[in-house]
Amino acid sequence: MQAFRYLRPSTVEEALALLEEHGDKARLLAGGTDLVIELRNRWRTPEVVIDLKGIEELRPSIRVEGGRLVISAATVMADLERDPVVAERFPALAEAAAVVGSVQIRNRATLVGNICNGSPAADTTPPLLVYGAEMVIASPKGRRRLSIDEFVLGPGKVALGPGEMVVAIELPMDRTIAAAYTRLTRRHGTDLASITLCCGVDASGTTRVAYGSVGPRAWLVVDDTGVLADPAASREAKAPVLAALFAKATPSKTSMRAGPEYRAAMLPVLGARALNTAIERLGRTA
Amino acid sequence: MTDTFHLEFTVNGRLRVLDIAASHTLLDVLRDDIGLTGTKECCVVGECGACTVIVDGRSVNSCLMLAAEADGADVLTVEGLAPSGQLDALQQAFLDTGAAQCGFCIPGQLMSARALLQRTPHPTPEQINEALAGTLCRCAGYEQSRQAVLAAAEEVGS
Ligand code: FES
Ligand code: FES
Repeated sequence: MQAFRYLRPSTVEEALALLEEHGDKARLLAGGTDLVIELRNRWRTPEVVIDLKGIEELRPSIRVEGGRLVISAATVMADLERDPVVAERFPALAEAAAVVGSVQIRNRATLVGNICNGSPAADTTPPLLVYGAEMVIASPKGRRRLSIDEFVLGPGKVALGPGEMVVAIELPMDRTIAAAYTRLTRRHGTDLASITLCCGVDASGTTRVAYGSVGPRAWLVVDDTGVLADPAASREAKAPVLAALFAKATPSKTSMRAGPEYRAAMLPVLGARALNTAIERLGRTA
Repeated sequence: MTDTFHLEFTVNGRLRVLDIAASHTLLDVLRDDIGLTGTKECCVVGECGACTVIVDGRSVNSCLMLAAEADGADVLTVEGLAPSGQLDALQQAFLDTGAAQCGFCIPGQLMSARALLQRTPHPTPEQINEALAGTLCRCAGYEQSRQAVLAAAEEVGS
């Protein structure tokens, strides 16, 4: 690894000042499960590494505040797997966090890092899209919020300007979206997904589906017809509505993980599966 | 501008104070600076788990963590399982079931299993599979490892 300085600010303001001082020579470190590999392979050669885990504001990692669930930038996947509020209100997020890497990875990898790295295959992006998550972004000018749908741009790209950092992801708790997460992998166990998919339904009959790993970013699509969310509607009635939701999928033709035809064929299968679980879950909350 | 870091942390119950290169991983420092070579270096990308140690009660890949991040932490390595040279129940179970073949992956498997048993003293076979999924074994003694963890769990619990 190339030499760098390791700095551990204790406030968000200090971290922002360091970012401003060092510009693109600085790199933020949260869990490090991606960054340390990039450093070792010299894909990135920052002069300064700024560790966010000493920041007081980012602890405790998960809390309820003003009708929202606040997930700090220091929250790791294992925290999400075990949190009782996440399990009850946002089970699809717990499901997605639980399949990231191995236990060792989930003990270090953060949710915010997973999103900020902009991987099209990130497991946690689809549930965050379905639940309507917002990124809380800090800069020397103050704080702004951005929906995750506007934040995620493409492979490795997110809407984060120079000098900005994400301090939290917030989920609204004033509406109930019953959702489920599912994915397609080559094998059971540690693997990147060939499809990531989350489906959520609410009492008004709206269905939200988000899917990733089949294009440059995960997409969110919404069905307002009520057909998908209707437990009484037939499979035949739902099939064309569901199929239309996957029009944005552009699976890679050269990926070693799965061929494009296979991924395209599996999208509605996974979609129907997650939809059924979501409807079941909505029934239980009613 | 300095790229060294003053590190103070506890390893296997003993306080360690040393100046390290900020770019060194926890794995580098354990093996090269402290000389605890029980923790193995293998893939160095977080896939094989040979480098697994326990930091503040949680199993981690020490190849994916800067040593500086362990400042102030409590680290347990495989050497810490048998401080007096007497194998603990888990190690003995790995020997008894024949899980340890070439042995290279065993420190990682032991630390993954230890972290599981600390949190879940009576794990189900599924929980054991999940806990060990991040430690690969080229000799593929997976069934024996699982048996060993089950046996050790019973002993601890009884
Ligand atoms: S050496 Fe760390 S996971 Fe393989
Ligand atoms: S015993 Fe040889 S790699 Fe596991």
